[in-house]
Amino acid sequence: MTEFLLGAALFVLGTVALGLIRILRGPNDADRMLAAQLLGTGGVAVLLLLGVASGLGAVGDLALMLALLAAFASVAFVTGVARPQHQPKPVRDPDPLPRGDQA
Amino acid sequence: MSLALSVFTIVCVFLGAVFFLAGTLGLLRFPDTLTRLHALTKADNLGLGLVVLGLLPQVDWPLGALKLIAVWLLALLAGATVGQVLGGAVRPPPVSGAGESTP
Amino acid sequence: MSMSLGLVADSFLALLILGLAVWTIAVRGTYAAVVGFVAYGLLVALIWVRLAAVDVALTEAALGSGLMGLLLLRAVACLPPDAPAPASGRVGRVALRVVVGVLCAGLTAVLAAVVLQLPEPAPSLAAAAAQALPTTGLGNPVTGVLIAYRAIDTLLEAVVLVLALIGLWSLAADGAWGGRPGALRTREPGAALVLLAQLLPPVGILVGIHLFWTGANHPGGAFQGGAVLAAMWAIVLVAGLAAAPRVDGRRLRLVLVVGPALFFAIGLAGIWWADAFLGYPADWAKPLILVIEAALTLSIAAALGLLLAGPPASEPGPGGQA
Repeated sequence: MTEFLLGAALFVLGTVALGLIRILRGPNDADRMLAAQLLGTGGVAVLLLLGVASGLGAVGDLALMLALLAAFASVAFVTGVARPQHQPKPVRDPDPLPRGDQA
Repeated sequence: MSLALSVFTIVCVFLGAVFFLAGTLGLLRFPDTLTRLHALTKADNLGLGLVVLGLLPQVDWPLGALKLIAVWLLALLAGATVGQVLGGAVRPPPVSGAGESTP
Repeated sequence: MSMSLGLVADSFLALLILGLAVWTIAVRGTYAAVVGFVAYGLLVALIWVRLAAVDVALTEAALGSGLMGLLLLRAVACLPPDAPAPASGRVGRVALRVVVGVLCAGLTAVLAAVVLQLPEPAPSLAAAAAQALPTTGLGNPVTGVLIAYRAIDTLLEAVVLVLALIGLWSLAADGAWGGRPGALRTREPGAALVLLAQLLPPVGILVGIHLFWTGANHPGGAFQGGAVLAAMWAIVLVAGLAAAPRVDGRRLRLVLVVGPALFFAIGLAGIWWADAFLGYPADWAKPLILVIEAALTLSIAAALGLLLAGPPASEPGPGGQA
């Protein structure tokens, strides 16, 4: 059983790593984010398999944390990307950061 | 009994791994971002779900099992949210100024 | 047999991570580089698990990949969109790159030489640390090192977080001083994001407290728990469910300093109780450590959350909204 779970972990890691080709190729940044997202979910599966296979109970906590934070990168990505479109001029006056809003 | 549970684990984890492979292939082969998003959010959550289902007989009840189920539920929530926000960001805005939140 | 499978997995991970690291540095687009960095952090966490260092993996996943990714993505959003990378071409830049490259290669060579020259059983304090662990009442040797054996390092780390926050706040414009940070606020969060920000924090707060509590005996601790709590705060701010607090609030500042201050106070008391600065009296070690860790978790969560939220950006008026 341990062998099988380790093998399955390796297989899942291999497939999501293959998905990283999407990070290299793009074409746009949302596609890259998709590949990172797949790596996140695949990483959670790999961790669960590894944790059960190696008897490291704490790996479950790590998987839990990764699942908890799984949406964060995409959310930050989207809110960051959306800003220049939805908000052409800065609304708050004393802007502390030098920002190029010439778009 | 233990043999039946082992077979159950092997079948479920194997199927889960197949879905990860399908998700990766979809991510790499589908033509545009929205269809890739579809492949990702469908397949990786089903893949993780089957891996979790398969691992359930191998962990201690009830805490370990509840943790596994919590991981999957969190991944589902993250996947659904990521699908929404990335889809909204990729889709061309309907009317300039109108928010993307209105259904 | 299991050994060889593990070796295949490790070699594969190592190659993957090297390739991704090189690509992240070489790629031109800033968003692409940050996405690469987030994926890289996930792989690093996997490597730490393979090395059976789950404590480090937790920290890497929460801070290295999670919060750093968030911070970098927000930073990219502040850069002008049509300047993905500083333009090259000037001779000075090329010379600078050559110098940096040579220095990095030299550093790598020195590190490699040091690793190769280590004696065969590498010097380790692990046995001594494990042997003395029962006196602390803890079950997790990493927490033992962090809060008991090398408590001074952890105390200074906790103080550094507060100093970093003061440094960040000092970037505020004069008129905005005392106001609310606004870097995480989004104009139109969207229904899905609001739902996420409503569902996730109850679970996340539970996980954060669990990580702090379990840190005494299993992988986890104040930094990991605090990072998860900070992430939950950040998602609430991003979705606009709550406004960031005014940076001149008394209660906020109390939360920020309670961890380091309590740690320092108990450490000082150790001079009388246990004959050493940062020493613990024998029977009281575990409860004192838990109290310190709890206060540290709170302070770290507040400091990390405020670091993500950015410098104060709005006038500290009576409404103070935007």
